[in-house]
Amino acid sequence: MTAAAWALDALLDDPATRTLICCGSGGVGKTTTAAALAVRAAERGRRVVVLTVDPSRRLAQALGLVDGGTAEPRPVAGVSTGAGGSLHAAVLDARATLDALVDDALPPERAAQLKRNPVYGSVAGSFSGTQEYMAMERLGQLREAALSGEAPWELVVVDTPPSRSALDFIDAPARLGRFLDGRLVTLLRRPSTPRAGLAAVPAAVAGRVTSSITGGVAAVMDKVLGGALLRDVQALVQGLDVVFGGFQQRALTTSAALAAPGSAFVVVTAAEADALAEARFLLERLARDRLPTAALVVNRATVLAPGAAHLGAEEAGRLAAVLEAAGHDRAAALLRLHAELALTAAAEAAAVQGLLGDHDAAAVATAAARPVDVHDVVALREVAADLARS
Amino acid sequence: MPADTAAPAPTHPDGPADPVRLHVVTGKGGTGKTTVATALALALAREGRRVLLCEVEGRQGVARLLEVDDLPPRETEVAEGAGGGQVVALAVEPRSALLLYLDTFYRLGRAGAALEKVGAVDFITAVAPGLRDILLVGMVYEATRRRVDGTRGSGGTEPEADQAPDPAHGGAPAGGPVPWTYDAVVLDAPPTGRISAFLGIGDELATLAGGGPIAGQAASVARLLRSPATAVHLVSLLEDLPVQETVEAAAELAEAGLPLGLVVANRVLRPVPPVPADAEVAPALEEAGMAAGPAREVAAGVVDQGAARALAVTAQQRHREALAGLGQPVADLHQVPGALDLAGLYALADRLGEQLP
Repeated sequence: MTAAAWALDALLDDPATRTLICCGSGGVGKTTTAAALAVRAAERGRRVVVLTVDPSRRLAQALGLVDGGTAEPRPVAGVSTGAGGSLHAAVLDARATLDALVDDALPPERAAQLKRNPVYGSVAGSFSGTQEYMAMERLGQLREAALSGEAPWELVVVDTPPSRSALDFIDAPARLGRFLDGRLVTLLRRPSTPRAGLAAVPAAVAGRVTSSITGGVAAVMDKVLGGALLRDVQALVQGLDVVFGGFQQRALTTSAALAAPGSAFVVVTAAEADALAEARFLLERLARDRLPTAALVVNRATVLAPGAAHLGAEEAGRLAAVLEAAGHDRAAALLRLHAELALTAAAEAAAVQGLLGDHDAAAVATAAARPVDVHDVVALREVAADLARS
Repeated sequence: MPADTAAPAPTHPDGPADPVRLHVVTGKGGTGKTTVATALALALAREGRRVLLCEVEGRQGVARLLEVDDLPPRETEVAEGAGGGQVVALAVEPRSALLLYLDTFYRLGRAGAALEKVGAVDFITAVAPGLRDILLVGMVYEATRRRVDGTRGSGGTEPEADQAPDPAHGGAPAGGPVPWTYDAVVLDAPPTGRISAFLGIGDELATLAGGGPIAGQAASVARLLRSPATAVHLVSLLEDLPVQETVEAAAELAEAGLPLGLVVANRVLRPVPPVPADAEVAPALEEAGMAAGPAREVAAGVVDQGAARALAVTAQQRHREALAGLGQPVADLHQVPGALDLAGLYALADRLGEQLP
């Protein structure tokens, strides 16, 4: 591998490191990696908070994140505090975060009205996308708390939502900005012409001239969506405008902070084609945006046992045949297994190398696949030790 | 079940076929759902059948697996099926779906430019993913109910209507109903975390839109998804989180009235025989020509690997029982050593084909 090893401990020990963001496609072990890095940082003396997005039930248990109220960071038991560090953990609750934003931005009556809007329920509850925006918001809040010195943490480690594209998380403020500044919102904010069958035009905007384009769009949207839905969407956009205005300000601040020294992105991947393609996309995008990439973490990699690591697949297959012929069936089975593992390890290494290509500036760290699931602090400690070693 | 909905063309003489025409494949991220969806499409494409494989997340995973160029947002022949049929692939993309939708159903093709100008396309495809979902599902719905003469049926949900296509569109030929364009449609769907919202989008919008035009479209989509013409297959690894999500997704889908199909256990490890001690393996290796020192080291290594594998197999068996507890058939796909190439993909398709109900 041409890539450099990852000086993980130097990064964790540097007090200037204030934010670590783990990103990657779904199912590659982002949450585990985030939790493992947080445990190691805490045990090396940092005061850490880790925001997880969707921990498995048993990992959540290990982090003390059960029994409700898990959206607010809680201390994690079982982490050694000998070096003066500590660990808090929280789970992202997108709905509660959005509700809180609405409550903060609007007078109580309007907040309640907005939350009753049927489209709000859909946006907050089931539609995808909300998670990405709210992850950004929570990261901003946790960072602000850390900077103010009021919170018991000074290093924020975040896991990102398993979005279709992991970039949605980083893109959220820009995308929302494009939308809020767009002409569609201007159109939706302003109830349209009676001809399109919408609500009556308020006096304040009645004098404005609706251009033929926006008028046409209103007609199309009315035709496709129907008047009732369009009215609900309009009411929602009018209400959320104020809410998202504040959100966007914070998201832009957070975005800027993520590009500054003190932040580090960790791209997490599994050693298989789809995840690696996502990782490459992500590395390229981070480089283009000049966002600081700390390392590529190859999770759950096939790692051969030290004594047998130099034994290739072909040689193992040959030995297995010899052992079989000599009647050593059980030993032969182990050599066949080794041949399979060596083949997989080589294919994984080639795939990672293929991904890196011209990205060999990124440090690479590998965590070995474990025979059983990672769901306690001890196992998290081992994962982090793997990452620090490679 | 009238024969036409399942076996539309006389080219399929193999008796009453599977009523399922829309196969939705989901699973937690990283479980290999795209691989399984692609293998399923290959398995279904036998004996002259045409199968459409739809990808909706813009990842181009299907193209990578089939070793072809990135898929365009239009139907493209990509592979020969495992049994001599044809696989057509489509990367469903919200932008072109929206424009096609406006054109097809509202004859508003030219409105697209205006929508683009004010940022409505951005809004629909990025900021309001609920609308994006209905566009994606809508495209798949449209392909499922399309007939070779360009008319549309109900997709298999309403046999009566399907039997007698609207005469205004040309009507049925004398020999029977017009065959479907695709004998089966396989949808590589969003991951389990989002699947109920994704497939439930028809209901959601039908309710929200309160009788608007999109509500009618949404309700038709919801009807197809709930009918015996649809099966939702769940792909899982035999690990904690994937199994937990699969069990949760199965419950959610059942509650939403969406028909469950196969549960696919992917990357199942082959068991190893009882692991011998180092003391048995090292002398055997020496006997095979290895020097004493290396034999001892290699023996220790392969015994460790064997023990780890045995542990992993035991853990997998426990997880498999949890999947079997769902009451659906569980199909096993074994872990493929090394990189998955085309030959490996067709082998998976064969394995999957054998285990289809």
